[in-house]
Amino acid sequence: MADSRNLYQEVILDHNKKPRNWGALADATHKSEGLNPLCGDHIFLSLKVTGAHIEAVQFEGESCAICKASASMMTTLVKGKSRDDAEQMVNEFRDMAIGKLDTSKVPHHLGRLTVFAGVRDLPTRVKCAILPWHTLHAALNSQTNTSTEADADPVHAAVIGT
Amino acid sequence: MNAPTEKIALDVARIRQDFPILELMVNDKPLIFLDNAASSQMPKPVMDRWVRYQSSQHANIHRAVHYLSETATAEYESARRKLQAFINAKEEREVIFTSGTTESINLVAHGWGRKNLKADDEIILTTLEHHSNIVPWQMVADEKGAKIRVAPIFDNGELDLAAYEKLFNAHTKIACFTHVSNALGTINPVREMIAIARKHGVITLVDGAQAVPHLRVDMQALDCDFYAFSGHKLCGPTGIGVLYGKAALLEAMQPFKGGGDMILSVTFEKTTYAPIPAKFEAGTPPIAAAITLGAAVDYLSEIGMDRIAAHETDLLDYATSEVTKLPGVRIIGTAEKKAAVLSFAIEGVHPHDVGTLLNEDGVAIRTGHHCAQPVMQRFKVPATSRASFAFYNTLAEVNALVASIQRVQKVFG
Repeated sequence: MADSRNLYQEVILDHNKKPRNWGALADATHKSEGLNPLCGDHIFLSLKVTGAHIEAVQFEGESCAICKASASMMTTLVKGKSRDDAEQMVNEFRDMAIGKLDTSKVPHHLGRLTVFAGVRDLPTRVKCAILPWHTLHAALNSQTNTSTEADADPVHAAVIGT
Repeated sequence: MNAPTEKIALDVARIRQDFPILELMVNDKPLIFLDNAASSQMPKPVMDRWVRYQSSQHANIHRAVHYLSETATAEYESARRKLQAFINAKEEREVIFTSGTTESINLVAHGWGRKNLKADDEIILTTLEHHSNIVPWQMVADEKGAKIRVAPIFDNGELDLAAYEKLFNAHTKIACFTHVSNALGTINPVREMIAIARKHGVITLVDGAQAVPHLRVDMQALDCDFYAFSGHKLCGPTGIGVLYGKAALLEAMQPFKGGGDMILSVTFEKTTYAPIPAKFEAGTPPIAAAITLGAAVDYLSEIGMDRIAAHETDLLDYATSEVTKLPGVRIIGTAEKKAAVLSFAIEGVHPHDVGTLLNEDGVAIRTGHHCAQPVMQRFKVPATSRASFAFYNTLAEVNALVASIQRVQKVFG
């Protein structure tokens, strides 16, 4: 089992302590609420999408450090991206977190999000890291809420391997 | 009879040699197992009992006339008598083997509840209940139109006994409550709670899952109607547990599961049920698990439940005083009487991060809502971190827990 010391890196601790893009957008075009009922991670995401681009994104809520840092870093990286690019990152992040994508060998668009690669060795924490991405996917597809336990969700299905 | 041995402290170093798993290294650190409230570890003599059964005694029970079937039946029924003695039940037929506490409670909810509850009847629960003593009652209440009333707790995690008593009225049919809270460690005043229910002519069910491993329990002294507990929290295997019930009530109840071994005669017109306990043990039971649980209670009895309780109280008192000294750490559940559970919150750190970081130090605790979401809602926290002790834990392990909590605070500082 990999040492999770790899996971609680300075960048993650910093984003947990000082989350970026914190709050709710007053002029949001898309909103979604993400919940992990098993551990209580609960985040609210609001987006302003103009045409095909994510112009602004903010989040708030209560969660563990892994979830909060993942959400914070996600907002900094998807802001200004196209919807398609954001969806691609959702897929790549999920695949990295579940160990399907080895970011050290395969080209990807995750940038410094690779600090979360260590969650693949901590199965109970994978959902913490993925929840914000899950919620982003839901918001972009006009679902107002999502859950890590929602069987119908494609991200969830990938996580539990069905 | 236990008085002279009570004073002799446990030889924990000796006892630990019985537990192979305690030798394990986790993340290059010695395992410090403080998740005993979820499941405790099994000592070698108990494991050996399972192996001996499978090696030389196994066959299906209560059926054939051959040597092995007779032997397995005798050992299975002997395990029942061991459990009967361990909880001081009046009769061995009052001990029903189930798969665990959850099935025991479901057996009562279905076998007693569905037969006896009707619209507007009331079921009393408490805020301290594990989901397994909430959900089965909600299911029956929904079906019958019965109502659930909940006895509240104080800020320290103690039950409000006066408020509990006020819930009783002419509609109250059953009161179901935990002996020891799995999330907070509170020891409920069950004797008083049972007496209050009895005064109102109300049946009682006690969830003893967290009590039986830590306290001497006595069915005849408690005088409850039903008492449920699990084997795997008692150094036994998973998949086995007990429902104690007063014989007269069990006899009047509906079987919960139908099948083989629970009947006297079957035709397509009519089935006559077997007497208790067989009536509630349909199908081939977990024979090996029951016999192994019998060995587990032998093992615990040999050490002595009073000495186990005394050592665990020392561990809890020491852990409580050490954790209380840490700034930024709050203990959740400060009842005067507690058993083996220390739930806490570290300011600014989510319990799941605590759990992952403690695991790096080899320290195994539980983080989450502990299947007791109403308790979490009462304390306005999504989850807690919970260290829970067993008799094989040491003061040095408490020190390691405290050092690991301090490291978490440093990482998140």
